[in-house]
Amino acid sequence: MLQDHAKLMQAFAVSGEIIGRKKLQKMIYIAKKVTFPFQEKFQFHFYGPYSEELTLRIEELCNMGFLNEVKEKKGGYYQYRYTLTDEGREFLSLNEVHMPFLHDCMTDMNDQNARFLELVSTVLYFDNLSKEEVTEKVFTLKSKQRYTEEEIDQAYQYIEALKEKAKPH
Amino acid sequence: MGYAEQKLSEEKVFKDPVHRYVHVRDQVIWDLIGTKEFQRLRRIKQLGTTYLTFHGAEHSRFNHSLGVYEIIRRIVDDVFNGRPEWNKEDRLLSLCAALLHDLGHGPFSHSFEKVFDTDHEQYTQEIILGNTEVNDILSKVDHDFPKQVAEVIGKTSDNKLVISLISSQIDADRMDYLQRDAYFTGVSYGHFDMERILRVMRPQEDQVVIKQTGMHAVEDYIMSRYQMYWQVYFHPVTRSAEVILTKILQRVKELYQKSYSFKYFPIHFTSIFNSELVVEDYLKLDEAIILYYFQMWQEEDDEILKDLCKRFVNRNLFKYVEFDPAKEYKKLAELSVLFLKAGIDPDYYLVVDSSSDLPYDFYRPGEEEERLPIHLLMRNGENRELSRESEIVDAISGKRRTDHKLYFPGDFLQDDSTKRNIKKQIRTLLDYR
Repeated sequence: MLQDHAKLMQAFAVSGEIIGRKKLQKMIYIAKKVTFPFQEKFQFHFYGPYSEELTLRIEELCNMGFLNEVKEKKGGYYQYRYTLTDEGREFLSLNEVHMPFLHDCMTDMNDQNARFLELVSTVLYFDNLSKEEVTEKVFTLKSKQRYTEEEIDQAYQYIEALKEKAKPH
Repeated sequence: MGYAEQKLSEEKVFKDPVHRYVHVRDQVIWDLIGTKEFQRLRRIKQLGTTYLTFHGAEHSRFNHSLGVYEIIRRIVDDVFNGRPEWNKEDRLLSLCAALLHDLGHGPFSHSFEKVFDTDHEQYTQEIILGNTEVNDILSKVDHDFPKQVAEVIGKTSDNKLVISLISSQIDADRMDYLQRDAYFTGVSYGHFDMERILRVMRPQEDQVVIKQTGMHAVEDYIMSRYQMYWQVYFHPVTRSAEVILTKILQRVKELYQKSYSFKYFPIHFTSIFNSELVVEDYLKLDEAIILYYFQMWQEEDDEILKDLCKRFVNRNLFKYVEFDPAKEYKKLAELSVLFLKAGIDPDYYLVVDSSSDLPYDFYRPGEEEERLPIHLLMRNGENRELSRESEIVDAISGKRRTDHKLYFPGDFLQDDSTKRNIKKQIRTLLDYR
């Protein structure tokens, strides 16, 4: 019951604060791809993998009072900060979620910027393609972001390191 | 003449209750319709369990896919053809993507995907790119053509205009399913002036826009969509049937993992249970197969599986009450304990189900939203986002409506032959008499 909500709350509980909707989307997508059992379905959108279901669940968690959303003006746009509320922690204590190693992975991703996570999630979205094809995809679909080949290499290295954290030997 | 340009000697037509006729002149399209992967869509209902609420809703994804193809055919042949912004080389790509956009849908997709963590979009890609009849035909056009079609459907193509024809807030997919679902359910919502919308669509470099004069027809389309979601797609009785269906699949999975000895072993499910589901096996699954098992499992020894299958087959669905997760999650935990005491497994018989829809949304620069808005083409040649011009659309823009319900077996709770006091407590908590 409300298991899918509880999993997301667990992600917030271990991350502390997540700043930015785009970053949040990418963190959950990447976590899902490195085997954490999040249920939200993702499709490819402007900024890479995006889940309407995730947007909805976040809104629901805010409406339920389990998640605190702070909207703040930053430059020419709005940015959102998310933290778990006390009510949310109480709910989570009643609905335990067992996801070992989630803490390490979410903390690591939270330390990265949204631009890099957008690249990492895009690389993961095309993980059935060769690196050469992925590079071409990134240059075509993400031309405005002007990613370099070096950044793409870093994204690949990051994915490997994260997979190791998600499933340490 | 190459295969891509090859025309049938005579135009073929499919009689269609929504568009009157679906016209096929291209050999490629005719051949794709004849593939076993496309024919399989006849055995997948467009609206899943909705037929248990609206008995007319027996139409299939085959009908819908032909409908989406026909809408795109009318747009590219009758409206876009000859316009400088339209690349006529994209015609066949658009038609094929429209026809095949739902190819990977499985039986009762929503429940199936939830339990088995599969993704019909992923299967659409794999069927188009894999060793299939569809792939053979697309490859005859060009060795790269299957990839192009798959990328348009997967929204990873750089051809944004063609993507927006198939998938956007005003696309051929939605225009077909709203009208088709309204027709087959028999409801009076869902109707709008599609002919008018098609006539005022204009191609631009990376999207389709609507001439300003068509704004009222678009308003009607958005309102139709809003009403269809709440009156048909999220109907609580349909959701009840879907809850039961999901729980049957969940039970079968659990029993298989516990090495339960089935009287009717789910041979078609074993590759899913073992996480080895390949396209070949996936394509063997359709609703006839699933319903066969439900019929047979009414004779199983496992009480839960037997009961749930009887409920689904005989339409003895769960009852429901409104539920507010924010205020009532503690009550839910309490109910869960009482259900256990009453000998009713809450994992299968106490279910929260949520529905939510955002009728229209617009892109707010920098806000990290990801929906492509509908743009009106103004008389001065500028594009204006729809909700800036339409007060009606503005009133519902960005406003999500969500509904939660708590489902349970009313008959179990009213059976006072056992655990009478506990059941009474449950009924009181649920406010269910």
